[in-house]
Amino acid sequence: MPASSTTKIRLDQVSKAFGDKQVLDRLDFEVYTGDSVVVLGGSGTGKSVLLKHMIGLLRPDSGRVLVDGTDLATLDERSITGFRRRFGMAFQEGALFDSMTVFDNVAFALRRAKRSPREVAERVAACLEMVHLEGAERKMPAELSGGMRRRVGFARAIALEPEILLFDEPTTGLDPVIKAVIDELILELQDRLRSTAVTITHDLGSAFRIADRIALLFRGRIVAYAPPEEFRQLEDARVQQFIRGLASGPLTE
Amino acid sequence: MKLPGLAETFLTEVGRFFQMLWRVLLWTPRPPYDLRELTRQMVRVGVDSLPVVLLTTLFTGMVMALQTFSTLKRFNAEAYVGSLVALSMVRELSPVIASLLIAGRCGSAMGAELGTMRVTEQIDALEVLATDPIHYLVVPRVWATVLTLPLLIVIGDAVGIAGGYLVSVVYFGANPVTYMANTFQFMDLDDVTSGLIKAAVFGLIISVVGCQKGYFTRGGAEGVGRATTRAVVLASIAILIADFFLTKILF
Repeated sequence: MPASSTTKIRLDQVSKAFGDKQVLDRLDFEVYTGDSVVVLGGSGTGKSVLLKHMIGLLRPDSGRVLVDGTDLATLDERSITGFRRRFGMAFQEGALFDSMTVFDNVAFALRRAKRSPREVAERVAACLEMVHLEGAERKMPAELSGGMRRRVGFARAIALEPEILLFDEPTTGLDPVIKAVIDELILELQDRLRSTAVTITHDLGSAFRIADRIALLFRGRIVAYAPPEEFRQLEDARVQQFIRGLASGPLTE
Repeated sequence: MKLPGLAETFLTEVGRFFQMLWRVLLWTPRPPYDLRELTRQMVRVGVDSLPVVLLTTLFTGMVMALQTFSTLKRFNAEAYVGSLVALSMVRELSPVIASLLIAGRCGSAMGAELGTMRVTEQIDALEVLATDPIHYLVVPRVWATVLTLPLLIVIGDAVGIAGGYLVSVVYFGANPVTYMANTFQFMDLDDVTSGLIKAAVFGLIISVVGCQKGYFTRGGAEGVGRATTRAVVLASIAILIADFFLTKILF
């Protein structure tokens, strides 16, 4: 639990539909400063959509997304670009620029922020060290394994020391050992950067390892939100079905 | 009724084209100016397309000479083969045929490249890294194509005329001196420049359509394939339609 529970990100009655599929339905959610929040939910329940709203990649049909009290909808194309420097986002498969080396990938944001070449080199080295990938600078993304690609994605996301870290399914499709490594890394990064972290996953093990608070997304709303120990004890049938991994229950009705 | 659907598709695509064009124009004057990326794209469009352009314009010129020679011979007018080949190449054939090929080569490449970046979330990643993807990806591609295509077409003009010369002089035994004189007898600078204006407009069409299709790709590998095909088909149709109106305006 954070010492002071000020709100960092706040979603206020956010709705979003794609075609006639209502993905987010008047969703309310709050992320407190310094927290590591995990949002759980089945595949295709709109977890990524939720995450992309927090950083303004998607705009809500109705409702508001507030970051530090600023409504993202009030920012125009240019100011949102500057605003995003406060975020670092790691994508599902890394989403590395495949025409660039690892070094250039991690250096991307630094160069755009007009850091000097020496600063860029130092910071890239530091970021790669933080994700335990020293010496991979000259490699191309295609030469890396899935786990390594994601770690480079992390390094790229933390280059500008963001206040908010977003992780989109960081462990999906990885083996258990690498999963644990990635989880540890998330905690380590969050701790070292003192940032707020939001992680989207359907992996319970990860969730309990890294979360200060766990939320469950179901039918476009957050239906449960509690610290891990409390979350485990919640009597909500949907939470229990998810935790026990049962085929039948309210989630699958 | 099939027509309303077709008309709707047409209008939608025209709308999308101008929407993308507008965003490109909006972002063009804003710094940072990435001249390295512009050059890189110009090399990709220009240098890499050169062999294709050379080959097609050479053979187009040769075929033009073959066709017109035997036709004009019937009127004892074979002296005008040179002018005919030169004018058709410069005003029409070189810009249109080369542009259609470049649509197949570069338009599809842009569609596939941006499409892949879209489905692997690289375009989202750009946005997250505080970089506008239109500014970073589309602007250099569009300007590179617009600037490079006229250069390619000038070379194509020359090669096409040379092809006509080759067939007329070597194959049909025309007098080289009169053939050359004839080639340039009726040609104005306007003929060349209007062909080059066409080329620039076709370059705009190819790149904007290619980038637009790629940028808005949806649905994985299949979506990338669809985007690529549509980029080529739509650009080719647009080139032919635009060619009619440009010809009407320019000549």
